[in-house]
Amino acid sequence: MSKLDVSRRGLLRTGAVAGAGLALPTIFTAQSAHAFTNEPTGGTVTLGFNVPQTGPYADEGADELRAYELAVEHLNGGGDGGMMNTFSSKALQGNGILGKKVQYVTGDTQTKSDAARASAKSMIEKDGAIMITGGSSSGVAVAVQALCQEAGVIFMAGLTHSNDTTGKDKRANGFRHFFNSYMSGAALAPVLANAYGKDRKAYHLTADYNWGYTTEEAVKSSTEAMGWDTVAAVKTPLTQTDFSSYIAPVLQSGADTLVLNHYGGNMVNSLTNAVQFGLRDKQVNGKDFQIVVPLYSRLMAKGAGANVKGIFGSTNWHWTLQDEGSKAFVRSFGTKYGFPPSQAAHTTYVQTLLYADAVERAGSFAPCAVAEALEDYEFDGLGNGKTLYRGADHQCFKDVLVVKGKENPTSEFDLLEIVEVTPVEQVTYAPDHPQFSGGALGTCNNGA
Amino acid sequence: MDAIILQILNGLDKGSAYALIALGLTLIFGTLGVVNFAHGALFMIGAFCAVTLSRILTLSHTIIDETQKDFLGNPLKVEVPYVHDMFGQATGDAIIDWAVPLSVLFAIPIMILVGVVMERGLIKHFYKRPHADQILVTFGLAIVLQEVIKYFYGANPIPTPAPAAFKGSLDFGAMLGFDPNLIIYPYWRIIYFGFAAVIIGGVFAFLQFTTFGMVVRAGMADRETVGLLGINIDKRFTIMFGIAAAVAGLAGVMYTPINSPNYHMGMDFLVLSFVVVVVGGMGSLPGAVLAGFLLGVLESFASMREVIDIIPGINQIIIYLVAIIILLTRPRGLMGRKGVMED
Repeated sequence: MSKLDVSRRGLLRTGAVAGAGLALPTIFTAQSAHAFTNEPTGGTVTLGFNVPQTGPYADEGADELRAYELAVEHLNGGGDGGMMNTFSSKALQGNGILGKKVQYVTGDTQTKSDAARASAKSMIEKDGAIMITGGSSSGVAVAVQALCQEAGVIFMAGLTHSNDTTGKDKRANGFRHFFNSYMSGAALAPVLANAYGKDRKAYHLTADYNWGYTTEEAVKSSTEAMGWDTVAAVKTPLTQTDFSSYIAPVLQSGADTLVLNHYGGNMVNSLTNAVQFGLRDKQVNGKDFQIVVPLYSRLMAKGAGANVKGIFGSTNWHWTLQDEGSKAFVRSFGTKYGFPPSQAAHTTYVQTLLYADAVERAGSFAPCAVAEALEDYEFDGLGNGKTLYRGADHQCFKDVLVVKGKENPTSEFDLLEIVEVTPVEQVTYAPDHPQFSGGALGTCNNGA
Repeated sequence: MDAIILQILNGLDKGSAYALIALGLTLIFGTLGVVNFAHGALFMIGAFCAVTLSRILTLSHTIIDETQKDFLGNPLKVEVPYVHDMFGQATGDAIIDWAVPLSVLFAIPIMILVGVVMERGLIKHFYKRPHADQILVTFGLAIVLQEVIKYFYGANPIPTPAPAAFKGSLDFGAMLGFDPNLIIYPYWRIIYFGFAAVIIGGVFAFLQFTTFGMVVRAGMADRETVGLLGINIDKRFTIMFGIAAAVAGLAGVMYTPINSPNYHMGMDFLVLSFVVVVVGGMGSLPGAVLAGFLLGVLESFASMREVIDIIPGINQIIIYLVAIIILLTRPRGLMGRKGVMED
C-alpha cells in the first residue's frame, strides 16, 4: 500500500493544472468555432428587434415591429419583395442572408435605457442575436449602441433623432439611417423664413433631456442665422402633462413664434395646450402668431388631432412620397396591415435591408466586415433618394422632408403634407461640426 | 403683476383637478378608512368614458366611393356616422361636437357602478387589513385597470376636443385694464374651474344638508354607535364610494379637452393628489380642497421662467417641498383632525 500524500498545496497545484488542461481545448475550440460574437453556424441567423412594446411609445414600437416582420418576410423570399425590388443594390436574393433563413427575437425597451439594455443583452447572450436594431428614443439608442459595441454586435438604430447618437456618443458598431436635430434645423429654417419672414422672435419650450437640448440648439442656430431672434428657451420636465404654466407667459415675452422641441406625448400635450390658449389666433408685433414643431411623426399628429393644421415641422419620410421605393413599401405594408406605414416603420425596415445587404456584399456576418461594407456606401431606391452612409460618423445623409399639418385631411392617415424636399447638400455638415463634437467612433468590435 | 395674475389663473384649473381627486380620496378614506391608490385610475376611467362616448357617437358604416381612391389605389371607403343617418348631417355633427359635455351624463352611472363593484368586489375584503395591504391591493388594481385601458385604446393619447363654441381664450388682461394678450385664459379651463366648484359645492351640500349626508358624517365620526342605532352604515359607505368614484370620473371627463387622455394619466395625478390629501390633512374634506388649489397655484408659480432661472428644477419639487415644510410645522396637515391616522 502506497502512502497517499495529500497536502493543501499539492491539491491546489494539481487542481490548477487539471483545470488549465480541461479549459485549454475549450478555449481553442471556442476561438476556432466563433470568430465573432454569435457567429451563425446552422441554417438560420437571428436578428434582435428591440422596440418599445409597452410604455408611452408602444404604438410607435408596434409599427416598428410590423416593419421588421415585413422585412424578414421579404428577406426570406415571402410577400412581394417590397423595397428589395427598388433597392439600387441587387445583392439580396430573397433567400435569407448569405443563404441562411432569417429568424428574429423581440425585446421590450419600455422606452427606458436600463430595460432596453437588459433586453438587448438577453437577445445577444441567450438568443444569439447577431444584430440588434430598434428604439424609439435617443436615450435608449445611445445606451443600446454602447452595449452592442461592448458585446461585438452591429447596432442598426431605429427612430433616434438626437445629434449625439452619431455625434458625441457615436460608436464604430452603431449605424443610423434616421435624420437628426441638425438636419431638421437646417431644412426647416429657410422654409420658416420664407413663410413667416426673417424678422421673428422665437420662444422655445424644450424637453429636458438629451434630444431636447440638441434640437433646441440646432433650430436656434439655424433660425438665428436666418435673422430670427430667440427671446427665451425654457426647459420643461419630461414628465409634464399640462404645459399651461409654460405656455401662458409666451405672449408676455413679446415672442411671435413658439418652437416646441417636444416629442411624443409631450408634443401632443404642449401643442394642444398652445392651441387652447388661442396663441395661433393672436397678433404679436403686427404678425400672426405661429407655432413650429421641429420633429413631426404621423402617430403624434394623430394624437394632437386638428391642432396640427398648418403647423410646420420636419420628418424623415412620409408615405405620400411618390418615388418607386416609397410606393413599393407602402403597397407591401398597406396590403399586409391595412394602413400606411409611419416614418418609424420606414427607417426600421430600411435598416434591416441595409444590414442584410451589407452582409451579402461583405460575404460575412463578422461585425467589422459588415461595418466596412456600410461605411461610405451609397445607395438609392429606399425612399429618400440618393443616400450616403458616411464612414466618418455612421450617419446617413439624404434629403429631408419639411411638412405641414394638412388643413383638410381626407383620412386619419392623411395628416401631413410635404411642403419641401430639402436637398441633401443643404443638410450636410462636417463630421467635426460643433454640434457633433466630443466623441469618437473608436474601433469596431467583433466580440467573441 | 400681470404675470402673477396669469399664474394664479393657471394654478386654479390644475388645482381644480387636484381638489376633485383629493376630495374623492378623502371621502373614501374618511368613510371606509381605506387608502385608495386606485383613485387615479378612476379619474382615468372617467376620461375614457368621454373617449368611449365620442367613439359611440362616431360609430359609422362604410360606403364605397368609386370617385375617390385610397392610399393603395383602391376605391375609397368613406365612413358615415350613424348619427348623420338618424339626425341629418348638421345635427349629427353638433352631437359629435358636444361629446365631452354629453359624457358627463354618460359617465355618472358608469362611474358609480365601477365604484360600487370595486368596493364590493375587492376593497371590502381589506377593511380590517393594515393600510400597507390596502395600498398594495389598490395600487395593483390601478395597474390592472390601466393595462386594460391600454389594451383596448392603445398607448397613444386620443384627442377629445371641447365643443367648437369653447375654443380660444378670454382676454382677462383687457378686462382688467392691462394691454391685450397679456393675461389670456382658455374658455374651457374657465368652464373646468366652474364645473369643479359646482361639484365640490354639491358634495359638501349633500353631506351637510341631507339626511343621508348626516348619517354618513355620523358614521365617519363614530361608526359603531351609528351601527348600534340600527342604521346600515356599510351600505351607505358603499354608496359614498360610488359617489367618490363619480367625482373622480367627472374630473376626468371634463379634463379630456385640456390634455388628450392616455392610459397612464391617472398615475400622473395620483401621487400629487396624495400629497394634496396629506397637506390638507388626512380625512379633512375642506383641507383637501384648500390644499388642491394651493398646490396647483404654487406649482404654476414655480414653473415661471423667472423662478426657474433663480432656482433650477424648483418646478419639479415645489409640491414635495411644501409638503415637507407643512408636515414639519403642522404634522396633521392644514386642516387635519386629531386622531386620524395617528394610531
